[in-house]
Amino acid sequence: MTQTTPQAAGASQQNGAGETILEVTNLVKHYPLMGGGVVRRRIGDVHAACDLTFQLHKGETLGLVGESGCGKSTTGKAILQLSPPTSGSVKFQGEELVGKTRKQMRGIRRDLQVVFQDPYASLNPRIPVNDIVAEPLIIHGLYKRQGKERVRELLTVVGLNPEHGNRYAHEFSGGQRQRIGIARALALEPKVLVLDEPVSALDVSIQAGVVNLLEELQGRLGLSYVFIAHDLSVVRHICDRVAVMYLGKIVEIGPRDHIYERASHPYTQALLSAVPIPDPKLERQRRRIVLEGDVPSPVNPPSGCRFRTRCWKAQDICAEQEPALVDRGQGHPVACHFAEPRSLL
Amino acid sequence: MATTLPDQPAARTAGVPVLEVKDLTVEFPTDDGIVHAVRGVNFTLHPGQVLGIVGESGSGKSVTSLAIMGLLPRSARIRGEVNYRGQNLVKLSDKEQTKFRGKQIAMIFQDPMTSLNPVYTVGWQLQEAILAHQDIGKDKAWARAVELLDIVGIPNAPERAKNYPHEFSGGMRQRAVIAMAMTNDPDVIIADEPTTALDVTVQAQVLDTLRRVQENTSAGIVLITHDLGVVASMAHRVLVMYAGKPVEIGDTDAIYYDPRMPYTLGLLGSLPRLDDKGNEPLTPIRGAPPSLINLPPGCPFSPRCPMSRPHCDAEEPPLRSVAGVDHVAACHYAEELAGDVAAAEVFETAEADSQAIQHLDRLGNLEQAKAEAAAAEQAEDRS
Repeated sequence: MTQTTPQAAGASQQNGAGETILEVTNLVKHYPLMGGGVVRRRIGDVHAACDLTFQLHKGETLGLVGESGCGKSTTGKAILQLSPPTSGSVKFQGEELVGKTRKQMRGIRRDLQVVFQDPYASLNPRIPVNDIVAEPLIIHGLYKRQGKERVRELLTVVGLNPEHGNRYAHEFSGGQRQRIGIARALALEPKVLVLDEPVSALDVSIQAGVVNLLEELQGRLGLSYVFIAHDLSVVRHICDRVAVMYLGKIVEIGPRDHIYERASHPYTQALLSAVPIPDPKLERQRRRIVLEGDVPSPVNPPSGCRFRTRCWKAQDICAEQEPALVDRGQGHPVACHFAEPRSLL
Repeated sequence: MATTLPDQPAARTAGVPVLEVKDLTVEFPTDDGIVHAVRGVNFTLHPGQVLGIVGESGSGKSVTSLAIMGLLPRSARIRGEVNYRGQNLVKLSDKEQTKFRGKQIAMIFQDPMTSLNPVYTVGWQLQEAILAHQDIGKDKAWARAVELLDIVGIPNAPERAKNYPHEFSGGMRQRAVIAMAMTNDPDVIIADEPTTALDVTVQAQVLDTLRRVQENTSAGIVLITHDLGVVASMAHRVLVMYAGKPVEIGDTDAIYYDPRMPYTLGLLGSLPRLDDKGNEPLTPIRGAPPSLINLPPGCPFSPRCPMSRPHCDAEEPPLRSVAGVDHVAACHYAEELAGDVAAAEVFETAEADSQAIQHLDRLGNLEQAKAEAAAAEQAEDRS
């Protein structure tokens, strides 16, 4: 049961060893919920991310997976301080980011960059691609150091023709636009990239190219990735460690092969069993866990374990006591009173 | 049925096909020229059969389904035949088509929010669909509506039928739409990306519902999707579309385990798999699908195909049987893919330009520059 490292072809497979580059502790993000009417009053909070603790090691990819509304993008934005967390701490190379002013953040942003999901909305339609990629260099006063050549090389690195640099974003296809977004994020030679659903808007044949590119760049440039995605197949392919989120909480976190081969939280199990595999024979013999009902509202999350309302293992204790995210003998932390490894593939 | 692999349960193909599409072409005149959205689609659908149509954005799969339903805008030029039990639907007037739509042929759209009317209750809309084609009383129609909601797994159906669409979650809405497609016991259900907008656990619920529909009725289902996983779990036969044409048709197992068209092979190779340890790089297909306005002669996949030869650019390959009568592919060199050929053997995987990375290194590391910039900013702060 403990075959964790297969023929380690993926060189970046570091199962939790290595130096910590990003440390998130007890991160909480609540969005105020305003009532309608003339006087807009705060009538509650959307508990988007609650008490998240995880680390990102140097050179590794940490996957944040979960369904819509589980708080994965919120977590990404909170790490980047694009929407300041309600409480908790985010440390980048030992430096606390929470509470920093925009100006103070500027220096850190050189090492902490982001690629957004929608390649149609995240590129300025009014300036040519050369300028889009050069913008971070100009903002940080680095363009004078052979900026022009740098932009050309960056476009080549991500697989675009630098001759096309004077074109505008709309002249490129979705996959090419995502590559422009990646080139822009790489311009400042960052150490950490937050990738928020970088391939979900792309067709499969195009998506594969971007996934390969990200993997290869990581190996060559020594980047660390926070990879936010809902597609569990892509996450298995690219990530070294995986955190599964449900309703603002991490329910299970661990090395990739632990999560996929010995999923121990009922939600992770349901999630894995729901993903169809492009293999008809395998599909015919697979057993599915079909969850009843829907995700409860994050305004009023259930007491105790948040998954209990849909869980087939739920007992009284689940409503009374919130299960801590600790190792219960599965080899990785699981937030379930009745955690039990199960193979679903 | 000549199944090449033993495991696949034979689809119910006996008897007359319920739907037969012959040489269907759809063109849209635009300012830039004529868009050849569908360039000759042929397939047959038998009762109880699930036909999966897969392809990427712009391959013409949705236009095909809309043409079958007669839902294309007036500007579209449709040619060919859509034979439903021997009657060509393309030739019928809009009014005559209305008799078939929703009764004999039903459709499930991608976005359940836009396919339900927000100002009427879900039950009312189901009732309306029943009354449009059946001569029964309102009470009976309502009872049938509730029954249908129950079949598709809406909990507490008698109460939920009184809800408006916005009170349903995404998965429930899609199940309500499936219930609506079932109202008049159609012979054909066309599901156009029925799970694309949904989360995986909800997708599992909806697919489960569709499977139940398929088992409980004798309807033939056309399942249009870009997700090869969904097709693998649902379909008996698969039609792969590229640039407005089917490029490979065969039984599901044959398509997945013995693809004979390089595009199909590439599509499968570019897909990350849940059961794959992920140590091998994926094999992307280079380039992008061609524009459907000015298609060059020859195979439309040729510019992206690693097996392409001069002959491919000269003549467009027709669909021809490659392995048994039931497995057809449109490739001049389909035989070269016979046997167990891995996508990685055909398609390249290298991505980042190593020379460019080296060049970036030569341009100088930004480390020092960044440190200088930080120091300068601090000095500015102090003053």
